[in-house]
Amino acid sequence: MGAGHSHPLHLPGASPVHRLPAEVKIVAAFLGVLCVVATPREAFPVFGGYLLLLAAVWAVARIPPGWILRRSVIEAPFVVLAVLLPVTGGAPYVELDWLGLTLSEPGLLGAWNILVKGTLGVLTSLTLAATTPLRDLLLGLQRLHAPAIVVTIATLMLRYVDVIAAEARRMRLARISRGHDPRFLWQAGATAKGVGSLFVRSYERGERVHLAMLSRGFTGRMPRLSDAVTTRRHWLTGLSPVAVAAALAVTGWVIT
Amino acid sequence: MSAAPEPVPVPVSGAGPAAPPPSLDVRGLAFAYPDGHQALYGIDLRIERGERVALLGPNGAGKTTLVLHLNGILTPGHGTVVVGGLPVAGRHLREIRRRVGIVFQDPDDQLFLPTVAEDVAFGPANFGVAGEALQARVHAALAAVGMAEHGDRSPLHLSGGQRRRVALATVLACEPEILVLDEPSSNLDPVARRELAEVLLGLDTTMLMVTHDLPYALQLCPRSVVLDDGVVVADGPTRELLSDPELLGRHRLELPYGFSLSP
Repeated sequence: MGAGHSHPLHLPGASPVHRLPAEVKIVAAFLGVLCVVATPREAFPVFGGYLLLLAAVWAVARIPPGWILRRSVIEAPFVVLAVLLPVTGGAPYVELDWLGLTLSEPGLLGAWNILVKGTLGVLTSLTLAATTPLRDLLLGLQRLHAPAIVVTIATLMLRYVDVIAAEARRMRLARISRGHDPRFLWQAGATAKGVGSLFVRSYERGERVHLAMLSRGFTGRMPRLSDAVTTRRHWLTGLSPVAVAAALAVTGWVIT
Repeated sequence: MSAAPEPVPVPVSGAGPAAPPPSLDVRGLAFAYPDGHQALYGIDLRIERGERVALLGPNGAGKTTLVLHLNGILTPGHGTVVVGGLPVAGRHLREIRRRVGIVFQDPDDQLFLPTVAEDVAFGPANFGVAGEALQARVHAALAAVGMAEHGDRSPLHLSGGQRRRVALATVLACEPEILVLDEPSSNLDPVARRELAEVLLGLDTTMLMVTHDLPYALQLCPRSVVLDDGVVVADGPTRELLSDPELLGRHRLELPYGFSLSP
């Protein structure tokens, strides 16, 4: 998160990729993923090209590939789904002699499609997250004219999630100090009631925060607090990998 | 010192025709909550420019209710509130909220943005300050509370005392006519408490400080007003009020153990 916060998906740095304005990176990542999704699944070498392109971005941003790969495990549940497809899919089938398995051919292609596009999408998102603090992502969304209310809610969430987590921790400590042991099923009720009172407390805090915001002249619209300007140069730099990705997508259509 | 059960109007001293309007002029303010609970019964309070006044009183006396009237968050049932010559009313609510800077008790309620500098910029930006002027305001306000180095940090990673001072800066950045502090010394360790006092003493803004911390009131505010059951029951020099144990006792106020004051 912005200054001082550490969040596990961000790798602080000062590379050219880190320094690009957030909105440029958001647009570039979005368009890049669109190119990947638009590529025909049989265009196998093109996907290798995308991976090389991402690797180039990592090199410029000085992100160790291992760092990214460790974080890409969030994709795991989708991989499980992809693995099921060849087993459950329809005809025609292919025999795997060395395993004695009969697998569905459209299922295999479907699995490959999910796996490769999903992985490239996850890697792109991770690259965006690694080079952009959360705070800047929100500013970027604001500059891209995302609905103001959504950006405001996300901003407040970013600030208060830790405050509320700390409150929950204190409440839990206070319960434990009075002999509460949530491992016993019959004591789970206390935890549930704790969640309820945490909700009420958070709600009340919301009211107090709103009051404090009104007192400083809040009228329902967040003022723009930064006047950093995004130049054409930023856009050109940021979108150059997208141009390569678009060329790859076109190649994909041509070779299949 | 006066200790009458009725509201006591403050004598106006030396207010010639050319004198600036008082920072705060509350007259006959009465208010009942929608559930029928009457919180204020005709408050009169006048604070001249540059004065530092402590607002004392037990829990439930109506202190917070009074504070929320000062910038128009609550609308009086009866009476008027005038800030620096401008009545608190719908039309100029924006200007009123700029003029009345409320520092709330819990800095976590006040500091809601991810970085200190953004939070300090929030107020002035709402009031139309932008660009370099905004940066200058932010810097000046943070410097005034000794936090200039911490603009890029998250409020979450500051100590309690630092958070309190940043909360103060968010309000100072609006350049208020009157600064209203709600329990400024609560939850502060002795050093942070003293540091905050030094910052406050260094400001020349008019100040209304709501507090239970009587020694703090004595240190910071030459004048005190005691509010109980929705009326002003005493108004005078802080030392005189605090050295009257009978008055304090009547209104559930008392000096900490071991303290005593001679008038």
